[in-house]
Amino acid sequence: MHQTPKKRKATKQAFPQSKGEPANLKNLLLYGVLMVLALEFFRRIFVFLKAGDAPEWAIFLTSILWGVLGIWVLFYLANMITESLQERWRGLVVPWIFAGPALLILAYYLLIPTFRTLYLSFFDGSGSFVGVDNYLYAFTSGPMLESYKNNLIWLVVGSGLSVVAGLVIATLADRTHPWFEVTIKSLIFLPMAISMIGSAVIWRFVYHFQPGETQIGLLNALLTSVGEVPQPWLILQPWNTLFLVVILIWMQAGYAMVIFSAAIKGVPSELLEAARIDGANEIQSFFQVTIPYIRGTIIAVTTTIIIFTLKIFDIVLGMTGGNFGTQVIANEQYRQMFEAGDFGKGSAIAIVLLLTVLPVVYYNVREFRSSHQKAGF
Amino acid sequence: MGTSGPSKFTIQQKGVKARKKSPEYRLLGSVLIYTVLVVLALLWTLPTLGLLITSIRPPDDVNGSGWWTVLFNPEKVRLTLDNYRIVLGLGLDQVKMNLDRNEGDIQLLKSVMNTIIMTIPSTVIPIFLAAIAAYAFAWMRLPASQFLFTVVVALLVVPFQIALIPVLKDYNVLGLNGTFLGVWLANTGFGLSLATYLLYNYISTLPRDIFESAFIDGASHFTVFNKIVFPLSLPALASFAIFQFLWVWNGVLVPLVFMGEKQEYMVLPQRILQMLGTYQTQWNLLTAGAFISMLIPLVVFLGFQRYFVRGMMAGSVKG
Repeated sequence: MHQTPKKRKATKQAFPQSKGEPANLKNLLLYGVLMVLALEFFRRIFVFLKAGDAPEWAIFLTSILWGVLGIWVLFYLANMITESLQERWRGLVVPWIFAGPALLILAYYLLIPTFRTLYLSFFDGSGSFVGVDNYLYAFTSGPMLESYKNNLIWLVVGSGLSVVAGLVIATLADRTHPWFEVTIKSLIFLPMAISMIGSAVIWRFVYHFQPGETQIGLLNALLTSVGEVPQPWLILQPWNTLFLVVILIWMQAGYAMVIFSAAIKGVPSELLEAARIDGANEIQSFFQVTIPYIRGTIIAVTTTIIIFTLKIFDIVLGMTGGNFGTQVIANEQYRQMFEAGDFGKGSAIAIVLLLTVLPVVYYNVREFRSSHQKAGF
Repeated sequence: MGTSGPSKFTIQQKGVKARKKSPEYRLLGSVLIYTVLVVLALLWTLPTLGLLITSIRPPDDVNGSGWWTVLFNPEKVRLTLDNYRIVLGLGLDQVKMNLDRNEGDIQLLKSVMNTIIMTIPSTVIPIFLAAIAAYAFAWMRLPASQFLFTVVVALLVVPFQIALIPVLKDYNVLGLNGTFLGVWLANTGFGLSLATYLLYNYISTLPRDIFESAFIDGASHFTVFNKIVFPLSLPALASFAIFQFLWVWNGVLVPLVFMGEKQEYMVLPQRILQMLGTYQTQWNLLTAGAFISMLIPLVVFLGFQRYFVRGMMAGSVKG
């Protein structure tokens, strides 16, 4: 079936223009063979690396080059093969060459596991069917109940104070000299680059307790310098969770601050002028003009931090291991999966984790959508 | 007078410009603001400063006096790089301290190498796959693209802990556990949602005429991607690259699950976690190790802050 003269369509579905070329069999064969060779070559690299008995520099170089270039080589060859196909097939196949790998990987690593974990959650660690027993554990057991209580503290205090601190710092910094503002913001933002485990080292050191007069932990040193008795902060229940939450605020306030800073700078000066003319002072105009204007941003940042807080586990793991009453949901999931080896309970807890996150995300997306509609005022 | 409701203060006008900084603050107010901010910035920096200073002090000093005394008593300060030598396993013959039997085995340098090997492909692969997928969603004739894209965005919410058990079981069968390839693919999988979403937002806004003229000239999608889309998207690619790099480098759960327990394959956060258990109060070593794990992210972060912020602003739901 031959093509009529080319028509230019206005929609994105129109191009590239097809000319009805037949398949290029020579190239098809050539690139097909190259593809097979490439895959075999990669398989051998994999085996070579896995054996691990080559010199370290060889493993280092091979890994990096393979990891970075391999995917591009496969993509290139796949495209060459597709272009050797008959024109008719080309248009159908090419989009899948581009989008296919991402979709497949996402499906395998996130979509399908959701269902598989759901399935696994009805079995126990040794593979026998136990119905909803794992969920009974997830909702009523001691460690989980403690986790729910702690996660609530993390949410309310941690997320709440991170947002408030970010907002306050952003607002204050906005009224200072630009260089000063940039420096302050960079310093507050810095902890975001530090790993949770690194933060655990930093803060265990801050909270360090040893008996006696000399204290090397910052907090206890401050206490002893005013004549108080040093405290073993990390095992003091129920306050120890709060000391862990401080770390979250330390890390997340910078994130909130950066986003709020941009949002605050976007409040039109005409509005603030109008408020000033009406006699509002700084505080009033902040609460009655600025805050309502950036309401969408506040909600977006808060929900994002909440979602992040619900998944926290490595701070707790590094600081107390979840002991002394500091357990959280994600750490309990890790504990069941790895230390107890109970995949059934671990799966059930993972599903519970997903369930706690979903309502927040729904709210986040809903707000995102409605604020986008307001944008074209 | 002044206290009318919000409606009076929020009259929208057309053509509003972003507010520039006004220099009209009163002197006392501004001194207060500057002071508060300096205090806050100090509070935020002190913990990290303590880490850094402790890592260059000998263990006797570390245990005998607080790190802040270094600032107040400069004449009594003894600084040393020995902690780094011990922790990295380099130049141990130059170490003047008495080494315990096991301290020479820490060998963090190997973990630095492992972390680099793990992180670079885990950053490059998702960017690449997300860029071509985003291009497909934006500019190609992909069936059911709306539905597929919705699924991609929906997956942003799934905590990756959900995937660990099923994927680990498969890896055990396939022989991928304990391999870098396994970790690269896992990190890719967990990062692709956000990457595709961010890059789609950017690539879909490229001007249509560029594509039209290229296709009229007979270019294939492959050529268009390489010569047009990729160079033009570099800012967006950089933003995501920083984000993913930091997330992978600092992450402990993914390597813990998929790389296994052997020390020679561990990455930095794993090793630091391990050291927290083994060298509990040997702060001189712990702080040196922690700082090594923090150095590259800090450099990357400080150097590319602008891109990182831009990436964050584009909507980060990932934790």
